[in-house]
Amino acid sequence: MSRRYIPKVVTANDLVEGDVVYQTADDRWSRHHHEAELIEDEAHAQLRLLNASAQKQVVVGPYLADAKAGPNGPEPIHFREAFRTRGPSNYVHGKQEFAARENENV
Amino acid sequence: MYKYSDFDAAFVAERNRQFRGQVERRLSGALTEDEFRPLRLMNGLYLQLHAYMLRVAIPYGTLNSAQMRQLAYIADRWDKGYGHFTTRQNIQYNWPKLKDVPDILDALGEVQMHAIQTSGNTIRNVTADHFAGAAADEIEDPRPVAELIRQWSTDHPEFQFLPRKFKIAVTGSPNDRAVTRANDIGIRTIRNDKGEPGYEVLVGGGLGRTPMIARVIRDFLPKADLLPYLEAILSTYNLMGRRDNKYKARIKITVFENGLDAFRDAVEEKFATYRSQFGGADQALLAEIAAAFAPPAFRNAPVDAYDAALAADAAFRTWAGTNLSAHRNDSHAIVTISLKAHGETPGDASSDQMRLLADLADAYGYGELRISHEQNVILPHVHKSDLPVLFARLQQAGLATANAGLLSDIIACPGMDYCTLATARSIPVAQKLALHFKALGLEEEIGALKIKISGCINACGHHHVGHIGILGLDRAGVENYQVTLGGDHTENAAIGERAGPGFAYDEIVPAIERLLRAYLAERNGPSETFIDTYRRLGPAPFKAALYPAEAEDRDAA
Repeated sequence: MSRRYIPKVVTANDLVEGDVVYQTADDRWSRHHHEAELIEDEAHAQLRLLNASAQKQVVVGPYLADAKAGPNGPEPIHFREAFRTRGPSNYVHGKQEFAARENENV
Repeated sequence: MYKYSDFDAAFVAERNRQFRGQVERRLSGALTEDEFRPLRLMNGLYLQLHAYMLRVAIPYGTLNSAQMRQLAYIADRWDKGYGHFTTRQNIQYNWPKLKDVPDILDALGEVQMHAIQTSGNTIRNVTADHFAGAAADEIEDPRPVAELIRQWSTDHPEFQFLPRKFKIAVTGSPNDRAVTRANDIGIRTIRNDKGEPGYEVLVGGGLGRTPMIARVIRDFLPKADLLPYLEAILSTYNLMGRRDNKYKARIKITVFENGLDAFRDAVEEKFATYRSQFGGADQALLAEIAAAFAPPAFRNAPVDAYDAALAADAAFRTWAGTNLSAHRNDSHAIVTISLKAHGETPGDASSDQMRLLADLADAYGYGELRISHEQNVILPHVHKSDLPVLFARLQQAGLATANAGLLSDIIACPGMDYCTLATARSIPVAQKLALHFKALGLEEEIGALKIKISGCINACGHHHVGHIGILGLDRAGVENYQVTLGGDHTENAAIGERAGPGFAYDEIVPAIERLLRAYLAERNGPSETFIDTYRRLGPAPFKAALYPAEAEDRDAA
């Protein structure tokens, strides 16, 4: 029996801003990991990566990253991908900066 | 300080104009990323983990106050209000937008700065002793020759596609503060038997995955021969260096695989030809450049205020003890302004701090600043009578941390908080170490110590040459930190030895505490530094402290 495929998300950086983005099931690019399409099939993952790679004017460097299902949508597995969902640990910059602002507005 | 000629200014403006067009074509879709990437890298623009990053060269670490103010302006206008000073004396902006980068480059051009050749397989920013032109132990100011090398290497048509990146460092002092032995080429100013200045040329040093200490390829090179000799080394490497394997492409591997003697013979053969071809034009240019680096007219005034502050103010005395260095002019001092306040990010400066540093340089330092490879800012020339008021103004701004050369004066690369190559974080390890030992109150007692942290094997944080080196790795999806001991970044450069298995993120600070408590227990009094104790005793007592469970197992067996 072949090993179980580890689910993936397609992630990249936004061309203009450089910010981390994730491909959604309805073909948008979201800034939020939990909105990504969680891909459970290897062949489908390759197609989705091809689809992302074709969007040369939108994103840079798309690749497949391991992920798992969570209560609010896909969650990263590796710590590098977890950092990419937040930003650096020395300042509240990057995605966590926007998250902090959104919380203030609540 | 060197000022751009009309040629320099036109060259930079033209490059900026070209890059503006390249960015426009990338945004319009006329260029793919594969086409654009080498173009942006030639202009210092990387894509990092969370954003683009622009690496701006600070040639040989020298800035004037107007340039520092412009760096602050750029940080506020197009970034997040700060910049990060690096171990190659560059400044990195971590959050620029692609569409803004052409404007940033134009703003840099206004103050005679650029980001050319801060990436790619070219000759990178030439680094130099950060005390250049000021140090008491200096034979000659290394900056004129560093500027000559910069002009020669910038857009040099033969050296735009080398097998790999190429780093050159120059020092004018016997005490090597420029880590020349860890560079592809190191240039040390020395005197021969007749007392004439010349260069000891080192080749094949480098850190990274295969760390090597540079070896002497020429023990004395007359000053006038430097550029043809460098050209001979570079063109030999360009042909002999490997292009089949990126990890074997640096000159250190070329020298290692071919042998120093064979490499030297090839260099000398080319040198014999090149030397006559240069025909002295470079020396005429060097003479012009050297005039631009004439020292300021040092003020002659009493230093009573300094002596009085030393006697009266304990905090000032402490700071003077760590952060001042001997100046060639007795009534002046070299001031190291620490960018390592406990808990802060090593090498980061806010735009407010940059502006203050520029103001202080104008008020007390003849308008000059330096950036050190140790990620601090230097005011190279301060009259001693001005030191008390300078210290007071630094204190008000939180820039008077008296830790230069101490435990918390840590080199740390950006690590996985920013860098795509990183395998673990470095910055928070540096922050935690500094805060932990401050809380313990042990930093002054421990004394002189170099801790250097890299977040991957590429070793931007110079961990191999730290007395204590920390290398962050990814071990099965978890951050893991290896410790190396006994490294040395000076003229006695040495690669540290790995102590043993790595430590988890939460274990690395306690491990370093055990190590340093062992040092305190073993040393022959406070005058014996960590590195001297390590050299006397070897690694055994330090390994025992790092791995107490294993030591117990051995005792039980």
